[in-house]
Amino acid sequence: MASLLSRFCRKLALPGSAHGSRMTSTTACGSETVKSLNLYSAINQALHIALETDPRSYVFGEDVGFGGVFRCTTGLAERFGKNRVFNTPLCEQGIVGFGIGLAAMGNRAVVEIQVADYIYPAFDQIVNEAAKFRYRSGNQFNCGGLTIRAPYGAVGHGGHYHSQSPEAFFCHVPGIKVVIPRSPREAKGLLLSSIRDPNPVVFFEPKWLYRQAVEEVPEHDYMIPLSQAEIIREGSDITLVGWGAQLTVMEQACLDAEKEGISCELIDLKTLLPWDKETVEASVKKTGRLLISHEAPITGGFGAEISATILERCFLKLEAPVSRVCGLDTPFPLVFEPFYMPTKNKASSSSSLSSPSKTHIF
Amino acid sequence: MAMWFARSRNLVSSLRQNLGLSAILIKRNHSSPRPVFTNYELSSKVFLDPSTSFRHESTAVESQPDLVQQSDHEDDAQELDFPGGKVGYTSEMKFIPESSSRRIPCYRVLNEHGKIISDSDFIPVSEKLAVRMYEQMATLQVMDHIFYEAQRQGRISFYLTSVGEEAINIASAAALSPEDVVLPQYREPGVLLWRGFTLEEFANQCFGNKADYGKGRQMPIHYGSNQHNYFTVSSPIATQLPQAAGVGYALKMEKKNACAVTFIGDGGTSEGDFHAGLNFAAVMEAPVVFICRNNGWAISTHISEQFRSDGIVVKGQAYGIRSIRVDGNDALAVYSAVRSAREMAVTEQRPVLIEAMTYRVGHHSTSDDSTKYREADEIQYWKMSRNPVNRFKKWVQDNGWWSEEDESKLRSSTRKQLLQAIQAAEKWEKQPLTELFNDVYDVKTKNLEEQEVGLKALVEKQPQDYPTGFHI
Repeated sequence: MASLLSRFCRKLALPGSAHGSRMTSTTACGSETVKSLNLYSAINQALHIALETDPRSYVFGEDVGFGGVFRCTTGLAERFGKNRVFNTPLCEQGIVGFGIGLAAMGNRAVVEIQVADYIYPAFDQIVNEAAKFRYRSGNQFNCGGLTIRAPYGAVGHGGHYHSQSPEAFFCHVPGIKVVIPRSPREAKGLLLSSIRDPNPVVFFEPKWLYRQAVEEVPEHDYMIPLSQAEIIREGSDITLVGWGAQLTVMEQACLDAEKEGISCELIDLKTLLPWDKETVEASVKKTGRLLISHEAPITGGFGAEISATILERCFLKLEAPVSRVCGLDTPFPLVFEPFYMPTKNKASSSSSLSSPSKTHIF
Repeated sequence: MAMWFARSRNLVSSLRQNLGLSAILIKRNHSSPRPVFTNYELSSKVFLDPSTSFRHESTAVESQPDLVQQSDHEDDAQELDFPGGKVGYTSEMKFIPESSSRRIPCYRVLNEHGKIISDSDFIPVSEKLAVRMYEQMATLQVMDHIFYEAQRQGRISFYLTSVGEEAINIASAAALSPEDVVLPQYREPGVLLWRGFTLEEFANQCFGNKADYGKGRQMPIHYGSNQHNYFTVSSPIATQLPQAAGVGYALKMEKKNACAVTFIGDGGTSEGDFHAGLNFAAVMEAPVVFICRNNGWAISTHISEQFRSDGIVVKGQAYGIRSIRVDGNDALAVYSAVRSAREMAVTEQRPVLIEAMTYRVGHHSTSDDSTKYREADEIQYWKMSRNPVNRFKKWVQDNGWWSEEDESKLRSSTRKQLLQAIQAAEKWEKQPLTELFNDVYDVKTKNLEEQEVGLKALVEKQPQDYPTGFHI
């Protein structure tokens, strides 16, 4: 219930540091100017900077010219011209294929897939081409300049085709990187890192947070490193691992658990492929318990990879089975969304986070 | 404005007559625009005869037989406004037929006997160029034969030949400049051969030895060479087509005097990436030459099972792309068509589609026995009577540029060189084991470092479980 309220009834301002949590980005603030921005504005800023700092960079996809259906590309075409920022035909395999070609010639191609639910026509180009471009050519060619951005995740009313979290499909592909930011400040830094990383990156943006999340974002050009997880809340009794919008939900679960005397350590994975095993391992060796949560369906979800790895590395330190609080094994439903979602109450009720009397299995 | 033109014919015609308002009514322009060719410097003079002149008439866009039958109704001169522009209207309900009454004819210069058809439009080819083209076609034949045999002997794991398609391979390559970026499908090693890839380099890739630029990661024939502007072959069909559009666009943005050139078979045109590639190239106005080798077969699938259109050339117009059908077994026709298409692509910054008609004489690959699905007679016919190499040879010989002595010298020396290359490649050191883990990313990631350490330990512990020769 609390999770429903927080999702639907008020603007989601990310909690400050009052409870020792750092949902907001921990990028050093210092004396540089910051501005209160939502997620799509932070992404927009990153794109402006990317195009400004590299004249051989391009942004394209369906409807990006006028600013994009989520406004992430506002002002780019006007500022950098239609040669560098342009609409493409409605064809995801073409968008990614074209982007691979541009990147293979040494350019940076930041392509947009309108929502992650529509990324599948491009799956062949991503898996068979982009991911293997460098390896199969013996490093004679590469398309490292390719970054694929896609809004993902639940939005409250998205149903089957505007709510999907397809990250697990991509985490199974050696040769690409998968990055998912949790907040505006994180998104700007991670997106700039992804664009400048010499490998093709799939960058999933939690669309729920485009307008809902507001944060102080530094105005300058900064990057947040890939493949480095962050402990955004320190604790000693249990480790929670998540990414993207789900961290806000888990944050609430942590607060609830704290009331019952359970000290939670919350980790933002940020990069799912290649993922920072060391940070999670160190945390679980300290706490002895692990709970992973993601919106994507539980079976075959990325939580399974984290669970298996941590079991291998921390088996003797674990005091309880690894818990996964995830979406159900159904297509993402419309009217049933509140039941489908891995809410904070489901997390709180899971065996890891609650006292034995309140245990439920999800 | 649409309402204006929706009025009755009588009103319009009376307006026309009485008020001289014909200027308002936009006459439909039936002729296709003719491209304007200006004199320009060609970037590469190496393969071009300095005295080359062009027969521009042949390269002009022909007005295609209109798919919509003309009517003389005045209605047609009136037009409606829609988002895509103005379009005439008719009250006569007529469907565009599924096919034209006549198939698009095929451009050809040499007849089957190697004689130039009189009044042919074509770009003259010098002796030097012609001899080189012939030599390379013959070399490709010998290479295909010997590598195929090597596979049969178990020395390499796989091979596929370009038998029957030597003219497409060599003549197209000869018509390009070295700066043109080639994105092949997989039956175009002749393009790489033309550009200077050596027989040894081909052999190294087939054997996946330490000298293979691809570092032994892919099956034989998956050649690639950045030095020769030839993108590495990948098995998935047609994926290179939208990439070629991106490459062409990159060249356009860099204002290079170069284009992207990409190849596809008849079967590959059924893939979604064919549609994606052509549409993107057209919309982005990218300099790309799409060359479709219509060789009649996609493994065992005949073209009658592949599409219902008049081949591939008619699909070009659907994307707003200029297209031509050419006799792919006629080296001179292929040369002229590709050369012209390339110039159009670069000077006009637009894509061009070439459908080269040919026949796949060989099996699809060493994993295929095509006698299982087609008549041996058919294969034999194409091999003997419609052989592109023999046809070009006749023309070159008739010009006095090639003799039987030259022929036997070339074939025996090429054969010898190939056998030596294969022997050397076979003996060459293997790739070090670390190359299994490199280049997945630009820098080896932690998980790969761990896996490499683990694998090395395992191999050292149980070497009998693993093939020898891979240096740890």
